[in-house]
Amino acid sequence: MTRPIGYGADPRIRVTEGLPWLAGIAVFFLLPEYLSLGARILTYILFALSLDLILGYAGIITLGHSAFFGLGAYVAGILAAKLGVTDPMLLLAAAACAAGVLGIATGAVILRTRGLTQLMLTLAIAAVCLEIANKATPVTGGADGLSGITIAPIFGALKFDMFGKTAYLWCLTLLFASWWLTRKIIYSPFGATLSGIRENIVRMRAIGVPVYRRLLTVYAISATMAGVAGALLAQTNQFVGLNVLGFEPSGELMVMLILGGVGRLYGAFVGPLVYLIAQDVLAKQFPQYWYFGIGLMLVLVVLFARGGILGMADALVARLRKHT
Amino acid sequence: MEAFLSSLVSVAFHGIAYGMILYVISVGLSVTMGLMGFVNLAHGVFAMAGGYILTSAISRFGLPFPLALALAVIVVAAASVPLERLLYSRLYGAGELEQVLFTIGLIFMAVAAAQVIFGMLQQPVLLPDYLKGQFPLLGRDFPAYRVFLIVVSGAMIAALWFSVERTLWGAMVRAAVDNLAMAQSIGINTRRLFTLTFALGSGLAGLGGALGAEIIAIQPTYPFEHLVYFLIVVSVGGLGSLRGPFAAALLIGVTDTACKYWLPQFGAFFIYVATIVLLLWRPDGLFGKRI
Repeated sequence: MTRPIGYGADPRIRVTEGLPWLAGIAVFFLLPEYLSLGARILTYILFALSLDLILGYAGIITLGHSAFFGLGAYVAGILAAKLGVTDPMLLLAAAACAAGVLGIATGAVILRTRGLTQLMLTLAIAAVCLEIANKATPVTGGADGLSGITIAPIFGALKFDMFGKTAYLWCLTLLFASWWLTRKIIYSPFGATLSGIRENIVRMRAIGVPVYRRLLTVYAISATMAGVAGALLAQTNQFVGLNVLGFEPSGELMVMLILGGVGRLYGAFVGPLVYLIAQDVLAKQFPQYWYFGIGLMLVLVVLFARGGILGMADALVARLRKHT
Repeated sequence: MEAFLSSLVSVAFHGIAYGMILYVISVGLSVTMGLMGFVNLAHGVFAMAGGYILTSAISRFGLPFPLALALAVIVVAAASVPLERLLYSRLYGAGELEQVLFTIGLIFMAVAAAQVIFGMLQQPVLLPDYLKGQFPLLGRDFPAYRVFLIVVSGAMIAALWFSVERTLWGAMVRAAVDNLAMAQSIGINTRRLFTLTFALGSGLAGLGGALGAEIIAIQPTYPFEHLVYFLIVVSVGGLGSLRGPFAAALLIGVTDTACKYWLPQFGAFFIYVATIVLLLWRPDGLFGKRI
């Protein structure tokens, strides 16, 4: 087994854990023409991080995580485009609250069930959200999407510029805060009970852990984070389309997380990075082959490399150590 | 009043036709999930394949309709055997997450392959003359093809139920669904049983996709778009059950048709909400694990 990340491991921040942030800042100065792609990647890292918390740590399999992302995006978008709320902090807070409330409401339902029923319920909830966004055209713009989103400067000082500099730093800051929170959670006793529930729910019940309440708590936290990610997408793109909701974005997010590695915190960083860069390079030229490649990669990862990229890297390091 | 009655009859008729197709496609999914405990999200791929085989056999190679239909079933069933042996069987004991990811991967690949081979457009179904037009029944006219569809699906369903209830294969399937370990220990070759049942379920999905090509349009996004419906049929009906999904499929077929006819502005909203409520009331579906 590889080095565990979680309760019981050394909680001090290692030097290598600073790398993503150094890289993030380096990109800002060295690759200014890629900042809009960068902001998109940071947003998806945040989204993937929220999924990792429930999927990788608590073991809740969901096909409908996009419901929270989409709700966050639409709440921020509608407030800005239709009701004239333009303060970015306020929009984020509203989106986070809405997604958190939806997380508690739906979590209270789906976490009582298991297996296929749970899977089905997450999918149905996401489908309901998509259907509402699709049909409530006066509010959401329906299939045309929601445009006309204007965002005021952050704290009244930092304007969203056309090069995406502010947007990039804004995403980076929020991702850093979310990473800090997630890291705190998984190194805490609460995080330990989550892993315990994932590994053996019966035993956790037997030793007196209030399983349902723990799962609901983490589900709500994760939903809130996904809502923040959605609001970020709405703010940086200044457009919200139907493609943020439904099964496909949930599936795509899952692909990113699996690609990076599930339940290892930094898998959520590596996966979206590799996926979105590859998409940027390949998808426009060969859209069909891109989808085929994604599918093939998923199948291969499941059959041969269940730890994703980070899992393979760990295995490689372990093998090198053994030889020297 | 007369107008309302005739629209009521029409909705019920089209709803039943749609429900029958949903059932023929989904029943294999219910049995494979009940039997092997495998979450096969890629089941719609087999239905889509059936639809593509039918439409292209008719339009490109000029095969007669019944032959094309048979070809769709046989090819899909045959193709599913190596798939099950080589890929699915590796993941029988694996966790749900692995199965979900693996089958999502298969969907991605199938969607991309369909786009490359057939393009993005919906495939037209060229019906023979004897299935076009109207069929008079009880003083009303019904579309002949829908009548044909209900009759063929009904016959397939009757044959399926008979073989599950009355044949040795059916007895083995029922035994394995109820208690896999016990079934193995009394000498049932469950490996072969799995393969056979998987092929049968896939063949039925191929049949459903081909028969229903006129109702559920054959296009590359098919496995994604209709996945929710297939899963609703199975989860509302109950895993490993034959009758449950039948009731669920008819219910969904009629409700969906009625909603689209009378309340098109809500789309599929009611179906999803009804599913959520139903699953809360009975988490194991209407008819739990009994085949």
